[in-house]
Amino acid sequence: MRTLVLEGIIKAPLTEAPPKADKAALAEIASKVDAAAKKRLGRSLSIREVDAGSCNGCELEIHALNNAFYDLERFGFRFVASPRHADVLMVTGPVTTNMREALERTYAATPDPKWVVAVGDCAVDAGIFAGSYAVVGGVSSVIPVDLHIRGCPPSPMQLLQGLLALIEK
Amino acid sequence: MTAIGDLTRQGQIVAAHRPWPRAVVTPAVWQAMTEALADGHLTLLGLWAEGKSVHAAVHAIDAGDLAVLSLDCPDGKFPSVGKAHAPAIRLERTARDVHGLEPIGAVDNRPWLDHGQWKRPQDKGRPATQYQFLPAEGESLHEIPVGPVHAGIIEPGHFRFTANGETVVRLEERLGYVHKGIEGLMAGTPLDRAARLAGRVSGDSTVAYSFAIARAVEAALALDVPPRAQLLRGLMAELERLANHFGDIGAICNDASFVMIHAHCGVLREGTLRLAERCFGHRLMMDRIVPGGVATDLPPDANDEIKTFVANARKRFKQLVGLYDKTASLQDRTVRTGILSPALARKFGAGGYVGRASGRGFDTRCALPYAPYDALRLDVPVLNAGDVDARIWIRIREVEQSLSLVEQILARLEPGAILTAAEDQQASGEGMALVEGFRGDILVWLRIEAGIVAHCHLRDPSWFQWPLLEAVIEGNIVADFPLCNKSFNCSYSGHDL
Repeated sequence: MRTLVLEGIIKAPLTEAPPKADKAALAEIASKVDAAAKKRLGRSLSIREVDAGSCNGCELEIHALNNAFYDLERFGFRFVASPRHADVLMVTGPVTTNMREALERTYAATPDPKWVVAVGDCAVDAGIFAGSYAVVGGVSSVIPVDLHIRGCPPSPMQLLQGLLALIEK
Repeated sequence: MTAIGDLTRQGQIVAAHRPWPRAVVTPAVWQAMTEALADGHLTLLGLWAEGKSVHAAVHAIDAGDLAVLSLDCPDGKFPSVGKAHAPAIRLERTARDVHGLEPIGAVDNRPWLDHGQWKRPQDKGRPATQYQFLPAEGESLHEIPVGPVHAGIIEPGHFRFTANGETVVRLEERLGYVHKGIEGLMAGTPLDRAARLAGRVSGDSTVAYSFAIARAVEAALALDVPPRAQLLRGLMAELERLANHFGDIGAICNDASFVMIHAHCGVLREGTLRLAERCFGHRLMMDRIVPGGVATDLPPDANDEIKTFVANARKRFKQLVGLYDKTASLQDRTVRTGILSPALARKFGAGGYVGRASGRGFDTRCALPYAPYDALRLDVPVLNAGDVDARIWIRIREVEQSLSLVEQILARLEPGAILTAAEDQQASGEGMALVEGFRGDILVWLRIEAGIVAHCHLRDPSWFQWPLLEAVIEGNIVADFPLCNKSFNCSYSGHDL
């Protein structure tokens, strides 16, 4: 353990330089989010992740945001365990019929003001799963969405660019 | 004597099915199969419905034989296998939910994947019913409902704990929340779309699923895969295994609040995904394996990069393993926690590290070898303790094996073609494949009619691991559930399909 700790102190950090906020995401956010709400939430946001039917690919990349390379917390973002503590719901997957109610209840349990970020191609319009008897559709067919981050799955860098748009002016 | 040969001989062999035989059998033979499963002579690899028939894939491990037995049920009913052989219970409940086939004599008649929300024509006007959890009775018991939305960044599912103080008396799982109707979407699609769907059954095993459906298609259509493509498939499969093992070993330690190993394993996982991106253009390598070969070749300087990665990963991982081995507070949480008995592992045919940590040394790469593994050296680690610690050690040994496999594959790579195009776009056939994903054996079975997928069944290893998690947690404290759960790391999406 001593070696690992020492190396951690001596060696340069692995953390990547922060990327620029995604332009498309900035535009989408600007059109939807009320300036007053933004001011109240400031630059520190708590995120509750909800898998509403994804294949788990998006979750893997969202997880990666916490690793030493992306270190999401340096930007003021934090994943929390309950929607009651959250400012942002990060929702993945085509919403399945079996997850619809759970997603609606999670949204209702999140205090205002709140933002919803739909992550992944499936979250936009159900993607490759569209048309199934067990799928409702994209996230916006169940709850209002403020920001879409596309990709199958989006890379951690793309996720970071999208999230940064939330706290940029 | 092989029990399987006796069973298939009494049925009608389907000529178009490859590489293992498929026989349409009578109810009497189906019953004999059920008894052989219950006696432990056969292992159930899968049980699924298709229209008005039900299929069971069975394996006689000692003899190395494998076959699919099919039973026509024109009246929509078939004799339950689950009544004598518990591993079939949830599969039969699914056959009824999705295809409406009734298992006669079944012990559990509750729906499984169907939560009463689907939008099929036959679902219209059906009254919603409350799911009945199994009762637990006794003094001072309390229930803890968890999910479907969990505290971490994970998939949804519901766990109903009944506890006596801190001790879990019963855990009952309720799954099906991420059922997307993938088999329904597969029916009637061209092969390329079917392969893309298979690659999204379980994102962490996208390579393994793409590999499995590709091999099933190639079996059905008798397609040859170029040697270079076979090796590249092996390379992708091992990178995927490494990424998952690195991530999960760290995550298990994190669930015991030992963050340091988690942080360093996260770095190793990220390194693996970045290498995958450099080599194949996608961090999870989605859609890179296609029927007939692979879609992308390595960039010219990839060999050196992979070699550097292997050397570095081996060195760093060794340090972490040393740390795990020497940290008593961590071992205190993992040793003798969540014990799975070898008997249960064998009965359920538990694949992957779950089975191998409980004395079941089955690994598709060795037991039913396929290219490129048939030409590579591979040791299958087996332990008998069956606890969280044993499952971690199996994964540690598998990391070492995978790193060695990557080196062996690099040494064998020769320039050449990476894709064989099907000559006949209108070909038909039936194929089955088993591929070792990081979690265990993935089974894909499909029928192709005139170049279109008529039916495709994908069976995740989790089907035979989820029920065991219920057994494993019994008598443990509630706080150890995350450890037990993560040491299994069953797939929700792969199971719910």
